[in-house]
Amino acid sequence: MSALESEIDPDATPEPKLQISHLDAYFNDRHVVRDITLSVPQRRVTAIIGPSGCGKSTFLRCLNRMHEHVPGARARGAVMLDGVDVYHPSINPARLRRHVGMVFQKPNPFPTMSIRDNVLAGHRLNGTHVDAPGELVERCLRQVALWDEVKDRLGRPGVSLSSGQQQRLCMARVLAVEPEVILLDEPSSALDPIATAHIEELIEELKERYTLVLVTHNLQQAARVSDYMAFFYLGNLVEFDRTDVIFTNPKESRTEDYLTGKFG
Amino acid sequence: MKRDLAAELRRPSALSERAGKLVFSLCAAASLVTTGGIVAVLLHQTIGFLQAVPFTRLLTDTHWTPLFAEPRFGLWPLLCGTLLTTGIAMMVAIPCGVLAAIYLSELAGERQRRIVKPLVELLAGIPTLIYGYFALSLVTPALQQIIPGLSGFNALSAGSVMGLMLLPVVASLSEDALSAVPTGLREASHALGVRRTATIFRVVIPSASPGIAAAVLLAASRALGATMIVAIAAGQQPQLTLDPRDSVETMTTYIAQVSLGDIPTGTLEYRTIFAVGLCLFMMTLVLNVIAHRLRRRIHRQERP
Ligand SMILES: Nc1ncnc2c1ncn2[C@@H]1O[C@H](COP(=O)(O)OP(=O)(O)O)[C@@H](O)[C@H]1O
Ligand SMILES: [Mg+2]
Repeated sequence: MSALESEIDPDATPEPKLQISHLDAYFNDRHVVRDITLSVPQRRVTAIIGPSGCGKSTFLRCLNRMHEHVPGARARGAVMLDGVDVYHPSINPARLRRHVGMVFQKPNPFPTMSIRDNVLAGHRLNGTHVDAPGELVERCLRQVALWDEVKDRLGRPGVSLSSGQQQRLCMARVLAVEPEVILLDEPSSALDPIATAHIEELIEELKERYTLVLVTHNLQQAARVSDYMAFFYLGNLVEFDRTDVIFTNPKESRTEDYLTGKFG
Repeated sequence: MKRDLAAELRRPSALSERAGKLVFSLCAAASLVTTGGIVAVLLHQTIGFLQAVPFTRLLTDTHWTPLFAEPRFGLWPLLCGTLLTTGIAMMVAIPCGVLAAIYLSELAGERQRRIVKPLVELLAGIPTLIYGYFALSLVTPALQQIIPGLSGFNALSAGSVMGLMLLPVVASLSEDALSAVPTGLREASHALGVRRTATIFRVVIPSASPGIAAAVLLAASRALGATMIVAIAAGQQPQLTLDPRDSVETMTTYIAQVSLGDIPTGTLEYRTIFAVGLCLFMMTLVLNVIAHRLRRRIHRQERP
């Protein structure tokens, strides 16, 4: 019933898509994410903010189990995706990542692949069948507003694009595997203001269909695009609430200090 | 205390700077002069040789017997011997070297790397003479158990042991190429749900392929020039054959054989070694130039 309500009333709390409870993450003995409990609402943008080094990226990478790819890294706790614990031993992390996609800080299209093959990379590399690859490519590139710019040169290398275009190509590549959740780790911090604006517009559009978690150190960006906001400090979750509430009426003094620029 | 900025910033005395430059340019010149000298001698002697033996005879004759009473000068037996041993060596060195590189760069943990890498590099430190006797007295008898008709001196044993010798060249240069692939690409692939093997073989290796190709070419040019192993284990018999069970003579072993003998300088027999040497030099030069180009292209890619 609450799913229906959230369609009608935009202010109602939507269903949680991801429920994180008592999540800890380590690099060897360094404890960098500490006992995080948090629910990520469905089809909303949840921003993670906090000073550099406070564990935002590590937290994000725990959600699709990318964290464990770093040697010496481990995580403990539970991350439930639609009620399924992604850390359960029966879960295949590669399959999980097709449901929980990720966009990185630095655009990283595959240099040996054309624009078209970059979009299809998830399917090609996984050996999954695509019925109409041409249509899929067009749809994903349209979704990221790149189609008109590249439709005449789909065979050119993905790395021949500008970095803003490359980042949108990377988003198209994630969309092509049809994830439900998209994790974005400072997706525009390497881009100029115009490319950043493109990415922000895109995030606004994507939240109609996807659940987005956005790490950013740009508070204006968080204010512009996010519905919910989590403030991290030294690996701890200090405060989590609706973005407008955090900005107008933070409960914790540390949040307020950070937002007003007293530290960070 | 007043700081003497002018003294701090003063350029070194013009004399010492010039002396330094001179030493460096002399060293650079020495290598240029050596190469130039070698090429000049090779060319000079080869031209002398070609005046007595026309180029067409080199390519049309099928026998190489310059020291016989009735000398014949067909280059093919030596060329085949060289290409055969090189080919066999590369068939061992490429798969083993590339797999070792993949293991070291993509699969091994820090601890395994610390053990395996020096072991692989140890292979490069073994004197070629020892490889030669290893081929002759261990590998050949072992292969004779499996392969009937394998002669005591043969291209197969010499070539495969040469491949073992070149394994560290392929492995360490390919490993450099693999580790130069940005981590971001592996992460992008994993984040799309691509499994580890597919990520290695379809994302990482294609991105590193120019570097791996350069590694292979450099190893091949080393194989063309390898002398000791083939001299000991391949038999020094110039035969026109591509059968790896036969004994063969390579260009290098011919040169070694003749230069160690008592051929008087200035004779036609003496000049053959320069003609063969020039031919070998050009083959390795081509491989090295291609490898160099590939490596330059990689460096350009790294800093776009
Ligand atoms: N690969 C790593 N190995 C060891 N420590 C790391 C590694 N990556 C990050 N860290 C440490 O973990 C902490 C959290 O890092 P990170 O999650 O990247 O922070 P943020 O994204 O908020 O800037 C930092 O103190 C950082 O130094
Ligand atoms: Mg970060």
